Amino acid sequence: MDQRNFEYMFYGLAAAWTILCLYSLLLTSRGRKIQAEIEHLKRMLEASPKK
Amino acid sequence: MRDKIIFGAGIFAALYFIRNLYVILLQLPDEAMQGAVYRIFFFHLPPYFAAVFCFLGAAIASGMYLKTKRWHYDVFAVSATEVGLALAAINLVTGMIWGRQQWGIWWTWDARLTSALITWLIYLGYLMLREGIKDPSERAKNSAVLSIFAFFAVYFTYKANEWYRTQHPGPVLTIRTGKNTIDPAMQAMLFHNLFAFLLLTVVLVAVRMRLEDSQRAVESLRRRAHAVA
Repeated sequence: MDQRNFEYMFYGLAAAWTILCLYSLLLTSRGRKIQAEIEHLKRMLEASPKK
Repeated sequence: MRDKIIFGAGIFAALYFIRNLYVILLQLPDEAMQGAVYRIFFFHLPPYFAAVFCFLGAAIASGMYLKTKRWHYDVFAVSATEVGLALAAINLVTGMIWGRQQWGIWWTWDARLTSALITWLIYLGYLMLREGIKDPSERAKNSAVLSIFAFFAVYFTYKANEWYRTQHPGPVLTIRTGKNTIDPAMQAMLFHNLFAFLLLTVVLVAVRMRLEDSQRAVESLRRRAHAVA
């Protein structure tokens, strides 16, 4: 491969993968938070006296 | 079953990206003027087209929501828009890095770049609008209308470098120019990476749709908890 401007090619590819990884991590973290909230609300509803 | 399909598609997309990276870095011919930096192109154009598919899908789903009022279309619209926004961010950032090296500047306010940025901001506004409206049906209705109108900005961005003289390079793909303006091996690689990005897009949209469904389950449980309290 031609080595001219290799540095900027590396920055470009790194930026693309970084954005993809960050977005994937964001989705995972939101999924965990929502799951924890669902569990919490279910426990709360089960514990509350039925009307 | 659905989980297994999403997981399988994710693995396939990852393997396809590894294969593509191998070809991009080690097998493709060099570009005479630019050196290695031209390889950014394979992570600039494919995410843009994947984002266009996302925004088009969101606009169609929004129209279907307005017609049928079925929640599933709204869930798809917001999921596709969010994934499209991430892909469009890759397009903007990789373009800026390439521009810094080739033009000596990070940014210029020409028609193509400016319309791409405005389009990105409009879709960011779409997500902010959804955060701002509490009533689910009002939220779905207003954001559906915005999504349909926002697609005009996507079309404008696509056509901007034909309608205006821009610093951004003109179309290079044979399907747009009708001529051999790009090495066939490079063009084939663009389509291979577009396929990988589209596969990844399907996986991300499916995961995001599942999150949206879970979020709606949370809202329903909250309403029940309020009624009990």
